[in-house]
Amino acid sequence: MKAAPFTYHRPGSLDDAVDLLGSLGTEVKVISGGQSLVPLMNLRAVRPEHLVDVGALDALHGVSRRDDGTIVIGALTTYREVELSETIAAACPVLAEAARWIGHEPIRTRGTVGGNLAHADPAAELPAIMVLLDAEIVAVSSRGTRVVPATAFLLSFFTTALEPDEILTEIRIPPPASDSGWGFAEVSRRPGDLALVGAAALVERETDGEEQRIGSARVVTFGVSPTPTRAIAAEALAAGRQPGSQLWNEMAAAAVSDLEPFGDLHASAAYRAHVARALVARVLAEAVGRWPS
Amino acid sequence: MALMTAEIEIAFTVNGIPRVVRVEPRRTLADVLRNDLELTGTKLGCEHGVCGACAVLLDGEPIRSCLLFAAQIPGRAVTTVEGIAAPDGELHPVQEGFWESTSFQCGFCAAGFTVVGAALVDRGGEPTDEEIRHVLSGNLCRCTGYASIVEGVRAGLRIAAERADA
Repeated sequence: MKAAPFTYHRPGSLDDAVDLLGSLGTEVKVISGGQSLVPLMNLRAVRPEHLVDVGALDALHGVSRRDDGTIVIGALTTYREVELSETIAAACPVLAEAARWIGHEPIRTRGTVGGNLAHADPAAELPAIMVLLDAEIVAVSSRGTRVVPATAFLLSFFTTALEPDEILTEIRIPPPASDSGWGFAEVSRRPGDLALVGAAALVERETDGEEQRIGSARVVTFGVSPTPTRAIAAEALAAGRQPGSQLWNEMAAAAVSDLEPFGDLHASAAYRAHVARALVARVLAEAVGRWPS
Repeated sequence: MALMTAEIEIAFTVNGIPRVVRVEPRRTLADVLRNDLELTGTKLGCEHGVCGACAVLLDGEPIRSCLLFAAQIPGRAVTTVEGIAAPDGELHPVQEGFWESTSFQCGFCAAGFTVVGAALVDRGGEPTDEEIRHVLSGNLCRCTGYASIVEGVRAGLRIAAERADA
């Protein structure tokens, strides 16, 4: 099908874009890569009266590293750029790996990090990684600039804390601990599909002489609940423990007991819980396997 | 809601030729190519980004032309399947590879595979079969079962290397 008619706006600056969003009312959508929005418009599931294309706002584009180690990703940075960024590969490789799992290459060439987060698909990879990495999301409107933690930004299925007059401009990721490893796993029906279930982990090492223990662990599941979910109870089991399959199984069980999985035509709630449990154990083992030698 | 919206003018290049079109902003790049510029080599399958038939290159990188309004790309360079062969008619290595391997049956998906395959071959390197399949996984074919298409890309990589040595 074809999209319903709309009025198209292509502001040349962030100020102009923010003014437009402040004046056009509520039947407005911001478009960047359009890889989630245009399918919905072509199917006429979404029919905005106005489309504000932020594609000309070059200042919102690119990856940089601040002196304090914070990684700053402009909202218009594409998945493909994240996948290939040397800065991201060095500072947060789990993000580079997650980007590789998004859609297919032609999708990754157009789709943007900011658009992905604003769309807030519960089965999407990037929101989960932003929760895992404790990222902050920056939103700008004519009322000013807000910095929102990823967990407070993602509210429910396709629902974020972004106000109708706000534009998501950048994502800030604090530097992960250097003595740590990461894991990422996802089950989907076909390559490039959104996840039926996914999980990611970041495990920090604590070394005491010859002995290696877990300092702290962060675990996130996605595709299972309305938002990516930190497995807080599972994480609490890890501190000071020896790594190993017994601990992974305990943590996986704890992670799943905290979830309220949904079922849909692709997978039942029970299946999602079963797969989440397996993936949590897998990403924890992977993370420890990636401890620096 | 308006039944139509005012047309806007969009200037960009297609296969190296500057083009200007006046279209409604809801017109996708795929529809502009096929209907306004009569470049019907690009095919439209699903129109929501699943099948890959509409792939074109935007500034040399593969994209889905059904998921892009033409208004979004002023000044940029599009290459369609019509622009993959050399201007003198010499086939791109991946086209020759597909021909040699009898990669396609009905051919509806061929334009998409050709564009994505050409980008892969032009990138160089020595991709494994798994890497080739990863790149091609965004394109659907309902006839062949894909083995002949992967083989065609592999032949294209070989032909590109032979031409570089010649």
